[in-house]
Amino acid sequence: MRMTAVRLSALYLGLFAVFAVILVFYVTGTATSLLEQQTRDTIDEEIDQLSRVYRSGGIVGLVRTIDRRARQPGASLYLMTDPSGRILAGNVESLQPGTLDDTGFTDEAFAYRRFTGSERDGRLHLAVAEVMSLPNGMRILVGRDQTEVESFRFLVRRALILALGLMGIIGLLVWFVVGRRALQRLDRMSFASARILAGDLHERLPVTGAGDEFDRLSDNLNTLLGRIALLQEGLRQVSDNIAHDLKTPLTRLRNRAENALHDAEPADASRPALEGMIGEADQMIRTFDALLMIARVEAGFHPAAKEPADISAIVADVAELYEPLAEEAGAALRVEPSPPVQLKISRELIAQALSNLLENALKYATADGRQATVRVGVEASAERCVLWVADDGPGIPAEKRGRVLERFYRLDESRSKPGSGLGLSLVQAVAQLHGGRLRLEDAAPGLKVCLDLPRDDESDGE
Amino acid sequence: MSALSATSKPMRILIVEDDREAAAYLLKALREAGHVADLAADGEEGFHLADSRDYDVLVVDRMLPQRDGLSLISALRDKGSRVPVLILSALGQVDDRVTGLRAGGDDYLPKPYAFAELLARVEVLGRRGGGSDVETAYKVGDLELDRLSHEVKRAGKAITLQPREFRLLEYMMQHAGQVVTRTMLLENVWDYHFDPQTNVIDVHISRLRSKIERDFGPPLLHTVRGAGYILRPGE
Repeated sequence: MRMTAVRLSALYLGLFAVFAVILVFYVTGTATSLLEQQTRDTIDEEIDQLSRVYRSGGIVGLVRTIDRRARQPGASLYLMTDPSGRILAGNVESLQPGTLDDTGFTDEAFAYRRFTGSERDGRLHLAVAEVMSLPNGMRILVGRDQTEVESFRFLVRRALILALGLMGIIGLLVWFVVGRRALQRLDRMSFASARILAGDLHERLPVTGAGDEFDRLSDNLNTLLGRIALLQEGLRQVSDNIAHDLKTPLTRLRNRAENALHDAEPADASRPALEGMIGEADQMIRTFDALLMIARVEAGFHPAAKEPADISAIVADVAELYEPLAEEAGAALRVEPSPPVQLKISRELIAQALSNLLENALKYATADGRQATVRVGVEASAERCVLWVADDGPGIPAEKRGRVLERFYRLDESRSKPGSGLGLSLVQAVAQLHGGRLRLEDAAPGLKVCLDLPRDDESDGE
Repeated sequence: MSALSATSKPMRILIVEDDREAAAYLLKALREAGHVADLAADGEEGFHLADSRDYDVLVVDRMLPQRDGLSLISALRDKGSRVPVLILSALGQVDDRVTGLRAGGDDYLPKPYAFAELLARVEVLGRRGGGSDVETAYKVGDLELDRLSHEVKRAGKAITLQPREFRLLEYMMQHAGQVVTRTMLLENVWDYHFDPQTNVIDVHISRLRSKIERDFGPPLLHTVRGAGYILRPGE
């Protein structure tokens, strides 16, 4: 978020600068072309007047008029030469050679020195002019000094740059006061919503009461949260109802079978069938319970309360529970010693997950009556706690490791071995419930399953 | 079914269950096991029956019409009733057991259950409060267990048990003469409530059995087919 603020500021500043530069050039460009047009009009007008003077008063009248005009303060440039180029009248002392060669407007500004009577200025000035030739070969130049235009252009540009600079600084200040605050509010909102999604859906985003866009956004998000909470509650209710409605007939089925089994004579041929039915009903309910739990975890419920518990103690407990079974199956079950690791977890679910992992390990590693070693341990760092179970059985090929986490996927494609195919999915759901994940690794040989849990659970503050 | 019932003394049991067929089956099976059983079909009726009559055990379904099972139990507890309650629930989620026990239930059984499991739990609940929990030593036949010194003897000869084997035997002796199921053992000896796919408990029992029976006289620890185990002298 902080990065966004900095990037946005830089973007604003950059765009502002580009627009400012364009504006300066546009304004000065338009202004000077306007001035140029005006200059041309004035010069045209004077040329016209001088032409009329010439027609009515001849050379003498023209010289007199030019001299008079040239002496006025702030006068235009006037120059009258004979055909050889000698100056007859006007206020120009010298000018860039070749300026008089062509009649009409000079294409570009030319340099000249102004005649200022006694004191000589001597500086070169720039001017634009129109040159007219008289029938006798004399030439008349009427021009305007460009110094004014240049200094005008300079002034405008400087004023604009100053103004824009000032605006930029004010803009930045405003940005720091208003924009950053707005972004910080957004920051706070996003943190708050992340916290809510990670924890209690009944919490709400703060509304300041100012009724501004942020309040409206908060309101909308709060409405959304309300709807999510409602949907979640609905889903919970539906799954509870499904559980009830499916389990009731299953209970009946089981009861009837049990009842029939009870009434049957010991030698009755239907006994094995009835016992099978009961077994299948039990398996069905197990699968169903596992599915229900996985679905709930995936929907974001927290079906189990978490309390601080020592993972190493759970590992020791469950390993102790399975040790005789492992021995009977021809496997050595070894617990790698580990110091106590306190973690906020559901003790039941972690134990259940570990029991699933141990049962899997024993089932696959001791298949075909081979001797196996199953190791179980806890590795804790400051941030994570990894509970692992490793066997030295056939393992799972790398390309199938992702698939075994899918629901109902079984390596044994004939599905002849007992099991629902939900064992690892359930372990994965338990991992997710604790904000962790399930990893399958190569134990070379064999399979190592790691239940990787974060140590500083965000819900610690609950 | 009477074979499943290990105790001769009949108990008065109230079943609060709205599913008629399940209730009828329970009623019939409990009566066949030698107990006296009443039935209430909804929470309100269940509350009035439990409140007005004397029962040894209540079996209460969690989801009931009129008044749900948990509120029924809370109301009874509020009135000072200490009658043991077994909660039946189709919910079967990890926390359901916790909320059930917190509401005042004494035991919890997810549906569907095996009748043998229910009967074993009901009988253990009904025999509770007989003082067996506060005794410091148990004796079954010639088997003795001292809860304070952690000594186990059979026919006067000391037997060395691992800590968990001791806990297992302690629980079996505490409920001597009663059927205890595998899940009851997992719950009470290991304090876990999940459902293992394999018969982990059986292996522990056979280890314990070999220690307390191999070099001694008649067997004490018997397997009850389809139900669990029972510790009793003789036979």
